[in-house]
Amino acid sequence: MVAILGFIILPAIVVGIAAFNDKALLSFPPEQLSLRWFYKAISYRDFQTGFHNGLIVMLLSSFIALFIGGAFAFVIDRYEFRGKTLLEGLLLAPLVVPHFTVGLGLLILAAQIGATRGYTVVVVCHVILVLPFVLRSVYISLRNLDQRLELAAASLGSRPSRVLMTVTLPLLAPGLFSGWLFAAILSFNEFTASLFVTSQRTQTLPVAMYNYVREYADPTMAALSVIFIVVTATLLTVANAYLGLGKVLNVEQAR
Amino acid sequence: MLSRPADLLVEKTEPIMKAEPAPDIAVQLDGVSKRFGTSVALNDAWLKIGRGEFMTLLGPSGCGKTTLLNLVAGFLLPDDGEIFIDGALVTDVPTFERRTGIVFQNYALFPHMTVANNVAYGLKARGVAKSEISTRVAEILAMMKLAGFEDRKPRQLSGGQQQRVALARALVIRPKVLLLDEPFSALDKNLRASMQVEVKEIQRRLGVTTIFVTHDQSEALSLSDRIAVMSGGHICQIDTPERLYRRPADRFVASFIGEGSWLRAKLDRFGGAKGLVTIGKTIVEVPAEPLAGMATGANVDLFVRPEHLHVETANETGLDGTIAASIYQGGHIDLYVDMPQVSPAHILMRLSAKDANGLWNPGERISISVSGDDAVAFPPVSA
Repeated sequence: MVAILGFIILPAIVVGIAAFNDKALLSFPPEQLSLRWFYKAISYRDFQTGFHNGLIVMLLSSFIALFIGGAFAFVIDRYEFRGKTLLEGLLLAPLVVPHFTVGLGLLILAAQIGATRGYTVVVVCHVILVLPFVLRSVYISLRNLDQRLELAAASLGSRPSRVLMTVTLPLLAPGLFSGWLFAAILSFNEFTASLFVTSQRTQTLPVAMYNYVREYADPTMAALSVIFIVVTATLLTVANAYLGLGKVLNVEQAR
Repeated sequence: MLSRPADLLVEKTEPIMKAEPAPDIAVQLDGVSKRFGTSVALNDAWLKIGRGEFMTLLGPSGCGKTTLLNLVAGFLLPDDGEIFIDGALVTDVPTFERRTGIVFQNYALFPHMTVANNVAYGLKARGVAKSEISTRVAEILAMMKLAGFEDRKPRQLSGGQQQRVALARALVIRPKVLLLDEPFSALDKNLRASMQVEVKEIQRRLGVTTIFVTHDQSEALSLSDRIAVMSGGHICQIDTPERLYRRPADRFVASFIGEGSWLRAKLDRFGGAKGLVTIGKTIVEVPAEPLAGMATGANVDLFVRPEHLHVETANETGLDGTIAASIYQGGHIDLYVDMPQVSPAHILMRLSAKDANGLWNPGERISISVSGDDAVAFPPVSA
């Protein structure tokens, strides 16, 4: 058990230690400790634009996916219609289609219609990829939502729009937030498909990192990885502490 | 299961005159039906509930009682028939305009709101002035013994308190009809009894028309002004608790309300509104109505309550039995008796404990008499 767990976190530990190496080689273990690679990682121009691009793409795609995924989850949860299973299948399809296929497909499509490789195609690509996660998350929250709460609200004289704003949305908030958070993290980390659809101008951080590592092999990458891990872990911890992600991820849990 | 093409045709060609409901009728259902796919959840229900009346819908699960409640609340729309609340046709009126207060089994309190906000919710939705909201909320919370709990969240309350909040939330809007959907079944036994008394007391004090859904017949008998017994999407009988117990209209109602045993008997003759039924050497008077059309001398099933069977010392009744089991219940003793000549099942008799003296041992043979009051007879099932 311990060995398995060790292997799971071993890469992160190795990278973490390498990040503090003073030498310009990805050697292990380090001989002298330093923070210079952290400084370089932060100040490197391509990383800065990559971070900036990634942030734009992340925000746009996660919010669009949240909106679309939320709407679809609502429809699938509340209505019976023909082709419901098909729709569900389609929406969850990106889970089984490889990322490079999505990226390649969009690249070909964009080329066909003569679109430049701008933000649009990157955002569209990320929306497709993160949609299943948002959908699942919101759908599970909807399943957990006791519809009698909405019925009670309606019987008390609340119009449907008011029920939505005062009962449904507040109670769905944790699910919506966690769905959005997953979408954001996935989008920000996404590499394979992004490699196809980004250009030099729109490259996101993981793509910039890839381009960097093709040319240099110093601990800057390791430093950046550490920053990545720390930021993501902090975000998740905070989210979990305030919202209880367990509640959102577990259908069985009692109300 | 049931399609009624003939009825539907009649309704199309001859629209029924929509009689204005009488002013003392709070809720009225005229021939309401509801189907889910091919199954009929409620079939041609006719019901009038008086203003201030406590009406219980009683039946086993799947009998259509909850469907009926949901139709009155407007959560479902009927396939056929009309629904009136306070004399106004509401068949197509959405829930939020019907002014019904509902209390669910799980109370459905808004978990993200305080007690005060839960109770104020309906008043806010109706655009009641702020100052009036706070007076009315304080008033109803005081009545429900919830003063001091205003800032609690529902999860910080006990089951009984949650139920009182749910009731306060429903009552504060002064509903035209209060709908109770098995509200006591989540409470433990002692709390249930005290909440039942409390709810009944408040209902009487406010004079609010109430529809109460339950599968628990003792709960129904103790709380209701009238009970509608339902089975398989039908309303079998609508009557006061006492009349339901003493004069069940059909076999289902007889078996569902209270306890009793079925005995094979013979129809002797009719006499006015009474039928005379012989069992052993005894002649028992029963209502004639359920037996209408039957020939004298035909077999009937006599339904008797446990307290109407008595042990006789002298064997003059022609009814003999063997004690199968005797169960001491404190105030009384339940005897299960085998009487193969009149029933394939055990017969339940109830003796007061002072008569018992511990003499009733399994295997002992006894003579039994049937007292005439409150027995009913029905045609045999597979006649």
